[in-house]
Amino acid sequence: MTAQRSVKKPKVLAVCSSGGHWEQMMMIRDAFKGADPVFVTTLPGLAEKSGVEKSYVVPDCNRDNIGANLRCMRDLLSIIRTERPNVIISTGAAPGLLAIVIGRFFGARGVWVDSIANSERLSMSGKMAGYVANLWITQWSQLASAKGPKYYGSVL
Amino acid sequence: MILLTVGTQLPFDRLVDIVDRVAPDTGEEVFGQIGKSTLSPRNFTFQENLPPRDFETKITSARVLVSHAGIGSILTARKYNKPIILFPRLAAHNEHRNDHQLATCAQLKTQAGIYVATDEGELRALLLDKGLVSGSEDPGAAVKRRQLTDAIGAFIGGGA
Repeated sequence: MTAQRSVKKPKVLAVCSSGGHWEQMMMIRDAFKGADPVFVTTLPGLAEKSGVEKSYVVPDCNRDNIGANLRCMRDLLSIIRTERPNVIISTGAAPGLLAIVIGRFFGARGVWVDSIANSERLSMSGKMAGYVANLWITQWSQLASAKGPKYYGSVL
Repeated sequence: MILLTVGTQLPFDRLVDIVDRVAPDTGEEVFGQIGKSTLSPRNFTFQENLPPRDFETKITSARVLVSHAGIGSILTARKYNKPIILFPRLAAHNEHRNDHQLATCAQLKTQAGIYVATDEGELRALLLDKGLVSGSEDPGAAVKRRQLTDAIGAFIGGGA
């Protein structure tokens, strides 16, 4: 059955907050063209505006609001159980990090692309992503290092 | 039309206030998406948040965007080929967690189509300047973007 499996496209769950995080995700969409992508963001109407086929909305959260984090986590858990992605990718912020962490328990590989807004140091979520993501990326060459995030290029 | 946007997550009263004071002198329509700002502008029409599609409609008819130095605004201005004036949020005024918007301005101010103001005088001068031009994407940027998407595509697999 190896032949069949090789034909199946990898399922990618792309999770990010609205605003700049979403615009950056849209700019790296070409990376998903051999895959089956499902998008998750925090603002209703955003995915429709960008013309993505399949999407979910979750409550936004950040490190200051524990209640929102729990609601966001609960919704992400349910999405990940339903979609069973092979890869979870995020351009930030907190909801994306939570998704990558949860995904690891379901065998999904994680990709963190730190926002291009962080040119002097990684974001807090970006630093934490280093512990859980299988591919850890910064968009600024000066922030890349052997033990730290890798630099390949950027959206600007 | 001058389109003001300050992001959806945090208030930015300092910017809203300056634009409100300059608006009558511009001789132009001003519209603001002011997010969680607590001020009610008197000299221009505004809304807390526009649905994404309505915001895009506003952008197409705008001459210039004035915005906090958020990446979403910068990428949107480029996408619609509009000049953008960035006014960075400062941690000293509790406008953000840190001064990364200042760093963004420092990195991007040399790019065509991006203008930076840090006080009322600078912002007023830029808002009254009818000669601001939009920047086309520099060819180097397209290459850097390709390199990033290729690296991620290779990791995902599936023949991207």
